[in-house]
Amino acid sequence: MKSTGKVTGIVSNLVTVECNGPVSQNEICFIKVGDTKLMAEVIKVNGKSAAVQVFESTRGLKNGDEVEFENRMLEVTLGPGLLSSCYDGLQNDLTTMTGVFLKKGEYTDPLNHEKLWDFTPLAKEGDKVVAADWLGNVKEGWLDHKIMVPFSFKGEFTVKCVAEAGQYNIDQTIAVLVNEEGEEVKVNMTQKWPVKVAVKGYKEKPRPNRIMETGVRVIDTLNPIAEGGTGFIPGPFGCGKTVLQHAIAKQGDADVIVMAACGERANEVVEIFTEFPELIDPHTGRHLMERTTIICNTSNMPVAAREASVYTAMTLCEYYRAMGLKVLLLADSTSRWAQALREMSNRMEELPGADAFPVDLSAIISNFYARAGMVVLNNGQTGAVTFLGTVSPAGGNLKEPVTESTKKAARCFYALEQNRADKKRYPAVNPIDSYSKYLEYPEIREHLAERIAPGWVEMVEKAKNIVRKGRDASEQINILGDDGVPMTYHELFWKSELVDFVILQQDAFDSIDALCPIERQRFMLELVLRICDAKFEFENFEECRNFFKELINTLRQMNYSEFHSEAFENYNNQINNILNNGK
Amino acid sequence: MANKAYQKTYTQLEAITKATVSLRAQGVSNDELAVVDGRLSQVVKTKGDLITLQVFSGTEGIPNNAAVTFLGEPPTLHVSEQLSGRFFNAYGHPIDGGPEVEGEIRQIGGPSVNPYKRKQPSEIIPTGIAGIDLNNTLVSGQKIPFFADADQPYNNVMAQVALRADVDKIILGGMGLTNDDYLYFKHEFESAGALDKIISFVNTTEQPPVERLLIPDMALTAAEYFAVDKNEKVLVLLTDMTLYADALSIVSNRMDQIPSKDSMPGSLYSDLAKIYEKAVQLPDGGSITIIAVTTLNDGDITHAIPDNTGYITEGQLYLRNDPDSGKVIIDPFRSLSRLKQLVQGKKTRDDHSQVMNASVRLYSDAQNAKTKLENGFDLSDYDLRCLDYAKDYATEILAIDVNINITEMLDTAWKLFAKYFSPAETGIKQVFVDKYWPSK
Repeated sequence: MKSTGKVTGIVSNLVTVECNGPVSQNEICFIKVGDTKLMAEVIKVNGKSAAVQVFESTRGLKNGDEVEFENRMLEVTLGPGLLSSCYDGLQNDLTTMTGVFLKKGEYTDPLNHEKLWDFTPLAKEGDKVVAADWLGNVKEGWLDHKIMVPFSFKGEFTVKCVAEAGQYNIDQTIAVLVNEEGEEVKVNMTQKWPVKVAVKGYKEKPRPNRIMETGVRVIDTLNPIAEGGTGFIPGPFGCGKTVLQHAIAKQGDADVIVMAACGERANEVVEIFTEFPELIDPHTGRHLMERTTIICNTSNMPVAAREASVYTAMTLCEYYRAMGLKVLLLADSTSRWAQALREMSNRMEELPGADAFPVDLSAIISNFYARAGMVVLNNGQTGAVTFLGTVSPAGGNLKEPVTESTKKAARCFYALEQNRADKKRYPAVNPIDSYSKYLEYPEIREHLAERIAPGWVEMVEKAKNIVRKGRDASEQINILGDDGVPMTYHELFWKSELVDFVILQQDAFDSIDALCPIERQRFMLELVLRICDAKFEFENFEECRNFFKELINTLRQMNYSEFHSEAFENYNNQINNILNNGK
Repeated sequence: MANKAYQKTYTQLEAITKATVSLRAQGVSNDELAVVDGRLSQVVKTKGDLITLQVFSGTEGIPNNAAVTFLGEPPTLHVSEQLSGRFFNAYGHPIDGGPEVEGEIRQIGGPSVNPYKRKQPSEIIPTGIAGIDLNNTLVSGQKIPFFADADQPYNNVMAQVALRADVDKIILGGMGLTNDDYLYFKHEFESAGALDKIISFVNTTEQPPVERLLIPDMALTAAEYFAVDKNEKVLVLLTDMTLYADALSIVSNRMDQIPSKDSMPGSLYSDLAKIYEKAVQLPDGGSITIIAVTTLNDGDITHAIPDNTGYITEGQLYLRNDPDSGKVIIDPFRSLSRLKQLVQGKKTRDDHSQVMNASVRLYSDAQNAKTKLENGFDLSDYDLRCLDYAKDYATEILAIDVNINITEMLDTAWKLFAKYFSPAETGIKQVFVDKYWPSK
């Protein structure tokens, strides 16, 4: 029996409903306005009155309008066809909507029910299975999409029968399972899952033990993110958060990428729609869109659905992880999601925490980050969800609640710096303040030594030290003047500039420099460190500056040339000559 | 206001604040308009049968037995070709002495464009100002504000940009314009002989602040009519968005909402995004480009209004008085057009982005040299060259009175590079140096 109710109060998208039956927290309901129905979620219950947040504009809503409760939480539909889709925050398919404008109360099906998929069974009669075990395989484009025992199934099941290899649509039964009580349950290719509940169904969640390559030097070389790791990019506007995130989306070494555009600019999503179907995935040679799913709830779309969008995205990631895949989730920006929470908390007249954010903000954020991670599935295979979120701190000040809460939850920190952005030193990641906790993991250090080069982490530390010393030297030069400091200060400063220009800075819009494979990163870091180790004698600081400027210019030309191409080797020889002849 | 026959009139107000009145009424819908004592107002909150109305023109002199009638629909605008060349107030009524506009009635503040149906902006909007075209190229479908201090000539620059831009319609949304500025815009538009493609919605400082809240929606509803229905290229000018945000905070304050940063409502980001995100490149060729003005308090961009704006808009343009050249310039460091790479080198010459980056980097070196000079240190030969370059660069490129085409801007930049630097010092890709470095 579904409960019903009537609207008794409206403040923007917060609506109070008088209910005539049981309602539960986070239950979904629909409010009838004329001939449309608006979806809403219960966020507070007080006696017979429920406060609901409406996922649409409440224009035209009246007191007394009827409400129907759905007896379920906000959930997503999982099944073949998710890949390459473009959904809004509530998993409505944006591509099948009609008209240029979004219509209020228009809900579209996330999956195609007619399409036939090539199914091959993986389980056989008599197998004992539990939730998330694989029953069969479906070709979703290039990807082996596993049809699983639905995550919501509790206890052990015996497979009674599995469909033969062949073509089926998502609603056809592909297996019949028998539970411990002997009841038969039919399973098709889809299942539903409430987005705010983490998907379990794996054996264990070990510490991440390898890095996810992004082709971005400031990340891979300096502060790598682990496969199944978490990280965040805070930065004032105009510092290149989005450009950096798009670069990672284009180049990240993952099987599936889910991009959650949460409360950000619509044109940035359009860029993905336009470019990803054309661009090539450097790891597989396929089009980028073939591995990408977009969850898009831009800043002008309903605020309440913004919060839902990040959860929707995470649930899709967890679903693909359960198939033994490497998934990367990029959310831009988690601050907008926090602001959506703040707007609702404010309308409900809750006592505010810092900066008027709800007091449980920190708990909500760390719960969400905890859903990422590498897992060992029941069958021994591994899967991973790597999560990288951006944060848009108010006024560019990192001492604000969202940044501080996220810092406690995420293991990598890529601080974008206004000063670097002003000087057009992109990506504007601060080399000193940023960190990756994964560099401290012995298993990651071992992996890096094996994957890249022995002693790699020590080399990275050395490069960071050069930058640090260069900063100090530059401060001294600024205070005491060019002539007021010893020659070594100038040398230290210019060596740090060398690391900055050649390793830290990277041209995201240059077809070659944008993507720097790990082998090339190794080559360049070793070369730069070799220069930094060399002994130089300079007459005066002008000579020192000119010498390094020439060097930097040559090395930058190298970054712009194809790896090991003739031009690249020519520049390399020039550098070697300089080093061999000494200075 | 046209009253309909069946409408019930209420005469018992429960509460009156400076911006709102409350009364008991039935069958009222959210966002609906009402008339309180002859003044237009809008439903902002209902709690049981207690309705709170925001009175746009303020509540001075409203008695608690004032007559209230509900109009049954949210604010609307009549749209048709007749809008062209006209001046309106915040309610969409003519203030130029002309007749009311006839046409289809549209609700203002309508739904958003489905992001999947948008097209990627790709057409350049040239302005002739090199500080914009070279360093911060504008693209149709973009939204970008000027961040300016109150004493800077932002309205003049905006009018200049609008009149030079190649667009079908220019729609001005003036919020809290001084009467002088209103007359300035009117005069500029008239003397440019472009009045027939200009539509203005104006709220001056003489009018009540809360009325301003209607201006952007009015202007953008008109813009959507021309861009969506007529496939035209529309440029919307919004000045001053800081006064708009101030009006938002007045209303939320009267409704006892907990303020967030800088006493702004917690929903400021969403409220501003709703306006700016109307900027769009449509599939059938129409587009809406928004150029706005956000005035700053003594250059403070960490204040909630410019801060939230910066996160929403696709870049921002800063004006600055440059003492060396004695001109108002477009600040190359803080200014940014996020869409510039969609056109630079694609719709302009291939060396565009490298020239832009190199010229700004060298200008930044000049700033360092200046700091050294101020701290009393000796300058190197390079420093001195940078300083000379900076002066020329500010005068010939950054100044807002520059009016040349983009190829000329690029050539000017190369000329300055060659005058003061060696190719290696510019750090530009060798292929471009080979192609464009001026021969002696």
